Parts: sequence; C-alpha cells; structure tokens
Amino acid sequence: MRVLVVGGGTGGTIVANNLARRLAPEIRARKAKITMLSASDQHMYQPGLLYVAFGQMMPDELYRDQRSLLESNIDFHVDPVEKFELDKNSVTTQSGKTYEYDVIVIATGSRTMSNKIPGLEEAGDTFYTEAGAVKLFKKLREFEGGKIGIVVGVPHKCPIAPVEAAFSLHDYLKARGIRDKVEIKYHYPINRMHSIENVAIWAKPEFDRMGIEIETLFNVEEVDVENKVVKSMEGSEYAFDILISIPEHHGMETIESNNLGPDGWIPTDRNSLKMEGYDNVYVVGDTTNLPVSKTGSAAHFEAEVISENIASIIKIGAPVKEYDGKVYCFIEAGHDKATYAMFNYENPPDLKAANKSMHWFKMSYNKMYWASVRGLL
Amino acid sequence: MSEHKIVDACNTYCPGPLMELITYMRQAAVGDTIELLSTDSGTANDVPEWVNKIGHELISSEQVGDVWHLTVRKAK
Repeated sequence: MRVLVVGGGTGGTIVANNLARRLAPEIRARKAKITMLSASDQHMYQPGLLYVAFGQMMPDELYRDQRSLLESNIDFHVDPVEKFELDKNSVTTQSGKTYEYDVIVIATGSRTMSNKIPGLEEAGDTFYTEAGAVKLFKKLREFEGGKIGIVVGVPHKCPIAPVEAAFSLHDYLKARGIRDKVEIKYHYPINRMHSIENVAIWAKPEFDRMGIEIETLFNVEEVDVENKVVKSMEGSEYAFDILISIPEHHGMETIESNNLGPDGWIPTDRNSLKMEGYDNVYVVGDTTNLPVSKTGSAAHFEAEVISENIASIIKIGAPVKEYDGKVYCFIEAGHDKATYAMFNYENPPDLKAANKSMHWFKMSYNKMYWASVRGLL
Repeated sequence: MSEHKIVDACNTYCPGPLMELITYMRQAAVGDTIELLSTDSGTANDVPEWVNKIGHELISSEQVGDVWHLTVRKAK
C-alpha cells in the first residue's frame, strides 16, 4: 500500500506521522510505504506571525526543519507536485518525477490573494507572511498617531485573527503610550462584527471599552493608493494612515491549475474527508472546501480522522472514524488574557470570559505545537 | 449560460453561512444563482440585508423543515 501525502504543513505532517506510527509493522515488512512531497524543507508555525507583527516573537522562532518533524520511516522529498492525474493514481513533480500511489492525501494549504483587490497589495499591510509581519511591526514602531483601518477579505485563514489583531494593536499602541493619538477602525464583511455570533457578542463590548470603532457590511472593493482610502463594495470608504489587511485566500495554485476545485478549494465530503468522486483521495486542512474554519486546529482534527481511517482500512478493511467538524481556537484578547472557541457541526461555541491562564496556555502551546505536529499531542 | 449552485452551510458556525455565500458569490459570474442552505435562523435576516446593501438580487427565501433555502442572483 503506497500512501502519498502532498504538502508538509500542519495537516499533512500530522497525517504522515500518525500513519507512520500506526503502520510501523507494515512499513518494516515492506507492505506499506509513506511518501511526503512538500514545497519546502522548512515548516512554519503560522499562528506565530501575529506575534511577530507586534514584536512578541522573532521570525526564526517560527521555523523547524521539516525532516526533523517527521518519523524516520517517512520517505520525504522537497519536490512540489505540478500535475495531478487522479484517474491514473499518479502525480508528477517539479523535478519531473512521477509518483504512483494507492491512496493520496492532498494537504497543500492556502495562499493570500491581496492582488485580487486593486491597490491592496501596494497600500495594505498584512501579517500573513513573514515579510509582511516584520514590515507591519516596523511601521507600527515608527507610527506617531493617526488612523489605522483593519479590513477583512473572504474567505480567510484563521477567522479569529481579525479580532486578535485589533486587541493586539490596542495593547501595543497603549504600551507605546500613543493609544490616545490613534483611531482604530475595524471593518467586517457581514452584518455583525464576527462570523461566530457568540464571538461577536463577547468581543463587541470589549471593542467598545477599548475605543475600537466598528463598521460592518464592509467588503473591500479597491484601495486608492495615492490618497490612502479604502473603498467597499457597499459604497462606504475609509481614509487611513495604516491599513491592516486580513486578505482573501485561495487554495494553492497547483490545485487551481489542475482543475481540482474552484479557487483551489477541493470539493470534500464533510464526514469522510474524501474528495468528491474519489474513494482513494483524502483532503485535509485549508485545501478542503468544507464550511469550517481554515485553521491549524481544523487541519489537526481532520488529520487524525484521515490517518486512523487509512490505517484501519489497511489493517481491517474498514474506516473507523468520521470527522464531526471539531475545531478548537485560542482567542488572544489583549491584556495578557485569552479565551477559546470550541465547536463542531452540531454544537456552537460557548465562549467563556477571557483570563490570564488561557493566555499562558496559548503561549505554552506556541512551543508545544512542535510536539503536536509530530502527532504526539 | 448562467449556473445554479447549491451551497450547503447547514450546521456550520465558523465561518458561517453568510461568509460561505460571500465566498461562492465571489467565484460566480454575473447572472449565476446560488442557493444557500442554512440551519441558522439568523441567516434568513442576514442574507437579505447583505444582498440589499451590496446590490445583488434575492430570488427566494423559504424554510423547508429545519433548513432555510435562500437563492441569490449575482447582479454585478
């Protein structure tokens, strides 16, 4: 049984490691083989970028060598897939090699698409890349006062990030002693200030207390770079000195170019996590078109289901689990406090008051991630 | 040729039905229709408000059992 994992992010790495341990006897007996193809030899802890943007983490803290995170019985190559031939059970990589498989797990992730909005790339700042987070930090460090707008594209990775960015920004400016010289205005695409109703109910009074202004029903249409004005599809506009953008995301270009799904999101069964129309193609993490958060947490819980099912199919001929939509997200709330949102397809999140213990748990998790992605937590 | 797409956002809390609709509306061509399925009763108010504000067209809105069916045509 040849299992091919395409992508070395959170989802792909957890699938490969869980599977490598479950199938250790079969791999030793040469009855199973796990191969991972990734675009990079480095693994980034992406949630850390928010901390980089506010000077709380250094970029080099976010990386580990991908090989060091993988079980030794995984055949790992830095050689991204360029061509998927799912009807032939094979892929072709950038180097020109062809890999055949019996089961494939597609975990290629997502990318920011700031370039889809005219002017946004030039005039906006984003913390979704290392370079962007560092640039934003330097800009905030030099800032002496004025107007900062936060705008949100759809869909985007980590739905909690806009709220966390606002809280972190308030804290950072307060620590610099210039909060009273800065107007922060938070713009959100739908008619409440967060897509999760309970988050909106919790965060709105917090924003009010911190003096963060809110405009809902604001979908960015274009940015006037010269005059520093962001305009919405709904007809309003905001003049800014700094524009922090949580940009629209797409799946990876290779998914789009192989016509595996619109905008790079692969149509996926919400319980089995198989690609629609294929029995031996699994999809994990951001790459799915599932109506769940694009987060490392969702990828983690999905990866556990996929790896347990592939292993059980090999061992007993049947899957043992279904994905129930579980997601667990920390929410940094400023003032060294945090809370969390946990939910699945059946149960909405029930937010608790933010407290310091959750913040320190999150800070610890920033380190524990490396055990988590090895499939040990 | 306009397309009709069904988006199943039943039993989802994040990013939620309206965010799902916005995602698929951005993929759609002018004239396409999207039928959003949602078990969140708030969707019945949220979607028409967004559609009116942005200038798309709400074709229909009805509840069948526990599921709301809202059909929207992309107008621009």
